[in-house]
Amino acid sequence: MTVLSVDGLSKTFDVYVLDDTRVVGLDDVSFDVREGEFLAVVGASGSGKSSLLNCLYRTYDPSSGEVVYRGPDGDVDLATCPDRTIIALRGDTIGYASQFLDEIPRVPAVDVVARPLVERDVDRTDARATARRLLSALAVPEELWQAYPATFSGGERQRVNLAQALAPKPDLLLLDEPTSALDPETRRAAVDLLSSYPGSETTVVGVFHDTDVVEAVADRVLVLEDGRLQRVVPVEAYDGEVVIE
Amino acid sequence: MTLLEAENLQTVYGPGCSRCIESTGDRAGTNQCSHCGSVVACAEADLGVEAAEVLGIVGESGSGKSSLAELLALERDDDATTAGDIRYDGHDGNLLEVDYETRHDLRTREIALVHQHIRDGLNVAFTGGGNVAEKLLSAGHRSYEEVRERVRELFEETEVPVARIDDLTHTYSGGMQRRVQIARALATDPNLIVLDEPTTGLDVSVQARVLDTFRRVQREEGVAAIVVSHDLSVVRLLADRTLVMRHGRIVESGLTDRIMEDPHHEYTQTLINSVI
Ligand SMILES: Nc1ncnc2c1ncn2[C@@H]1O[C@H](COP(=O)(O)OP(=O)(O)OP(=O)(O)O)[C@@H](O)[C@H]1O
Ligand SMILES: Nc1ncnc2c1ncn2[C@@H]1O[C@H](COP(=O)(O)OP(=O)(O)OP(=O)(O)O)[C@@H](O)[C@H]1O
Ligand SMILES: [Mg+2]
Ligand SMILES: [Mg+2]
Ligand SMILES: [Zn+2]
Repeated sequence: MTVLSVDGLSKTFDVYVLDDTRVVGLDDVSFDVREGEFLAVVGASGSGKSSLLNCLYRTYDPSSGEVVYRGPDGDVDLATCPDRTIIALRGDTIGYASQFLDEIPRVPAVDVVARPLVERDVDRTDARATARRLLSALAVPEELWQAYPATFSGGERQRVNLAQALAPKPDLLLLDEPTSALDPETRRAAVDLLSSYPGSETTVVGVFHDTDVVEAVADRVLVLEDGRLQRVVPVEAYDGEVVIE
Repeated sequence: MTLLEAENLQTVYGPGCSRCIESTGDRAGTNQCSHCGSVVACAEADLGVEAAEVLGIVGESGSGKSSLAELLALERDDDATTAGDIRYDGHDGNLLEVDYETRHDLRTREIALVHQHIRDGLNVAFTGGGNVAEKLLSAGHRSYEEVRERVRELFEETEVPVARIDDLTHTYSGGMQRRVQIARALATDPNLIVLDEPTTGLDVSVQARVLDTFRRVQREEGVAAIVVSHDLSVVRLLADRTLVMRHGRIVESGLTDRIMEDPHHEYTQTLINSVI
């Protein structure tokens, strides 16, 4: 079953602070994502990968096109539905993790990860247990679990961020380079976790830079070039081109 | 569920004339009427707040954030002429036209304001506990023991040291005073809190803690909030949706992350770029 149907999605930016320049982020992109599928998005820097994810999450306002999401409460066009529908979906079924963690400084890592669960009315003790499991699977050293992510290294923070996104097991998970700051060893832990968790119910659209990660986690690969869709191929047919810059 | 729905809110300082609106705002590039000299602090403002939702208001100094916030919090300013329509869940009619008693009642039980200036919201010559107790007493609580217990609970909730409950408020640190203000606002379980510049005058680490406390309490209590700040990071951390004000008008509104990452209006782009 298709959960996400993207049709003619475009995004242009009118940048007034740069002499009214018009920048094209995405140009007429169409594709479908099946339930439980892991779709990797690749492409050179500036090809529109983040723009695509941001349009799906509505951090960017799409300029035109449709993004039909078959959610638990029926079809919603994520490109045009009201802001409050987006807020409700984000609180419930659609998750997102960027490269960077955006958190209040004084909260310990375990509570940062547990927060989305607590907000979904999961008991705090259970939420913390899930958080610890995820931090452990991502090889975050145990002595850091009670410490504040604001003091962590880039790679440690990134893993806290990924754990936070995975914790509530969203139906649709959007990941923008969640492993970019990791060294080979911790990246392997992240890849292991991503390929086994949250399980087949979660549909993932994720931007990745490294071919080995793409090959380990993805079912299909979507290649962007200058904001346009170049091809969507099964991972077996993916040769790793375009990822190398 | 919509908690509050406001239309065409307007606050004018000065005599006012028939051309005040057309000669002010974003396009005019000023909030002062060129014909009569009045300051149109805010005008043509429409907004809505859902239960448990946090709405941010950002904009440069003088753009009208406090004027709009005070109007929404039913705060009267005798220097100003106000107009507009505010509908509130469970009440008939326009909140801007209610009688004195109803207004007092709404301000005590439904809509609480945390002032931008601490001295407008707290009596610093009272004890910290006394400032919070006063709110409870004005809401009709009479039992000394119950009031005392509730104040203690609120101190704990907002992380003000309970040991300081009987100290005079002017002996508290800025962060503690801000927390007492929040405790006072929460005292009668309002459904909406209006926070005007919650971090002004606090240093960065204290700011983070106050925001953290507020965010926790706001979510635990499920209270809706309107958060006014010239500091985008405050609104980014707290608000679901955000309004951008300039020259007394709302120039852009939307999801907070969308406003920050994909600002449409030229002024919003400048505002966000000036921070980066
Ligand atoms: N918020 C924005 N405002 C203006 N232009 C933007 C914005 N976001 C992206 N762009 C532009 O859109 C184009 C695509 O950028 P995008 O960030 O989507 O690329 P990307 O594939 O994620 O690149 P990278 O691999 O470097 O992260 C670029 O030309 C970029 O400058
Ligand atoms: N009592 C008053 N008499 C006359 N003009 C006033 C009065 N109070 C506010 N104003 C004017 O109304 C306009 C809006 O002021 P307001 O306090 O709402 O701005 P603000 O956005 O909250 O600014 P800040 O970020 O500095 O707090 C300003 O031009 C201000 O000078
Ligand atoms: Mg990117
Ligand atoms: Mg103000
Ligand atoms: Zn005038």
